[in-house]
Amino acid sequence: MRRRTIFRNKLLPYLLLTPQLAITIIFFFYPAAQALYQSMLFEDPFGLRTQFVWFENFQTVLSSPLYLEAARVTLVFSVAVTLGAMAPALLLAVMADQVLRGATGYRTLIVWPYAIAPAVAAVLMLFIFHPTIGQIGQGLRALGVPWDYRIHGGQALFLVIFVSAWKQVSYNFLFFLAGLQSIPKTIVEAAAIDGASPTRRFWRVIFPLLSPTTFFLLVVNIIYAFFDTFGVIHAQTQGGPGRATTTLMYRLYRDGWVNLDLGGSSAQSVLLMAAVIGLTVIQFRYIERRVHY
Amino acid sequence: MAIGRNRWLPHVVLLIGVAIFAFPIYLAFVGSSHDASTIARGDMPLTIGPHLIENYQQALVSPVGMRVRATPALTMMRNSLYMALAIVVGKIAISLLSAFAVVFFEFPGRMFFFWMIFITLMLPVEVRMIPTYAVVSNLGMVDTFAGLTIPLIASATATLLFRQHFLTIPDELVDASQIDGAGAMRFFWSVLLPLSRNNVAALFVIMFIYGWNQYLWPLIVTTGRGRETIVIGIVRMIGTGEAQTDWQLIMAVAMLALVPPVAIIILMQRWFVKGLVDAEK
Repeated sequence: MRRRTIFRNKLLPYLLLTPQLAITIIFFFYPAAQALYQSMLFEDPFGLRTQFVWFENFQTVLSSPLYLEAARVTLVFSVAVTLGAMAPALLLAVMADQVLRGATGYRTLIVWPYAIAPAVAAVLMLFIFHPTIGQIGQGLRALGVPWDYRIHGGQALFLVIFVSAWKQVSYNFLFFLAGLQSIPKTIVEAAAIDGASPTRRFWRVIFPLLSPTTFFLLVVNIIYAFFDTFGVIHAQTQGGPGRATTTLMYRLYRDGWVNLDLGGSSAQSVLLMAAVIGLTVIQFRYIERRVHY
Repeated sequence: MAIGRNRWLPHVVLLIGVAIFAFPIYLAFVGSSHDASTIARGDMPLTIGPHLIENYQQALVSPVGMRVRATPALTMMRNSLYMALAIVVGKIAISLLSAFAVVFFEFPGRMFFFWMIFITLMLPVEVRMIPTYAVVSNLGMVDTFAGLTIPLIASATATLLFRQHFLTIPDELVDASQIDGAGAMRFFWSVLLPLSRNNVAALFVIMFIYGWNQYLWPLIVTTGRGRETIVIGIVRMIGTGEAQTDWQLIMAVAMLALVPPVAIIILMQRWFVKGLVDAEK
């Protein structure tokens, strides 16, 4: 897109760009390049000697059982968070779309959890799911469930998934509702006149028309599950018990920040960057293709 | 669409959804109104207790209980507020300028610079945490306000949003102000900024929440307790999450941590929805 009319200054545009470019270069490009470079270095444990080792760190990381375990946890975690955050959001959005009066009121009542920090949501839920003092924790034990997320890995994983999904529903709800409201009512009514049942109308007409929104949210939710949920895990389980809730992001934090493994953590950073870039590229290509219909 | 549909079913489903969201907050609020021993015994009732005001006073001024010793919530809220505002103002200011440059000028390297900014969309701060920390540390900015906020300021979202908006501004408006003898900066201040008020408000809401809720970066870059934000502070307070701790204070601080961003989202809902949906397009 180009404008016909522009301002004719030689120096001014560069001056205007300088603040953002300076910050971008110093805090984005330089660190990213550093991560790439350091991912190919090996530093001895005393930090006295570094050696250029090409892709050895990647080999080490990718063949490490700890890393593969974290990858498996991340897979389960992000699939569960994505589904758990999107399915209820879609249900609520479909319902809100059918409400003739008060839809905005419901939007207000559903939208606000978006504003809660993941770590704060984690603390609230800890209070509720605590096995001895929490209302739900006590309730589960009263029902005979041996509930204690501090001991049982599966329960810990369930808890961090639940909190992460709980917090993300409102975001998905907003986008699904906007998507539903942009579907022309005439199409849905035409299907109804043709005798399609409400369920059939939803799956055959509404859901396919909603697919750009769904796909967009899929990518956003996966990225959310990868990175933004760090606060939930750090506050609730610290990756444990054992390593039951250690995701790739948490592994990176442990290795890079706590264990100070420079080369290994840089390799992990690079792998995660590649994952995000891959997801973003898929998203842009897909959306571009969908524009034409 | 409402052809022979159940009229009350949507309301029931929506109300259940609302209850699932509101219930944890209600319990936290109840928790902040009892004393430590009631909670630790595990028989907290579902109604507001007698220690509400006392707990919040304590949390705000000196949250020191039997097991917990935290920074006063007032201090932490001030830290969070300053951090969020610095991030918001910084992001909006640099993005307005760079979007203005990319849209209203023709200069060598224009698209190159635009792509340079655009590509930063792809790198969340989490994946480049350690090298970014190294940069901040080399610049001597660890545990400073600048080190906390500046690395979070650069982002493409705001630039893209302003660019989209600027592209919709008719050429005639630019012509008219040029005929009136206005230079580029004059046009920026007197025409472009007033026309961008809605977008600035929308970004303000989203970025404020983003800033207030930051976790990993403040966690690694602030070391002293004086700079602790409330989101970091609350997690430090729970420690290992024992039953015998001052849950009443922790819940009071948690309520204080979530009220400002929630209030902003509710009060400025119109701009929030607009900003969120536009920014992600």
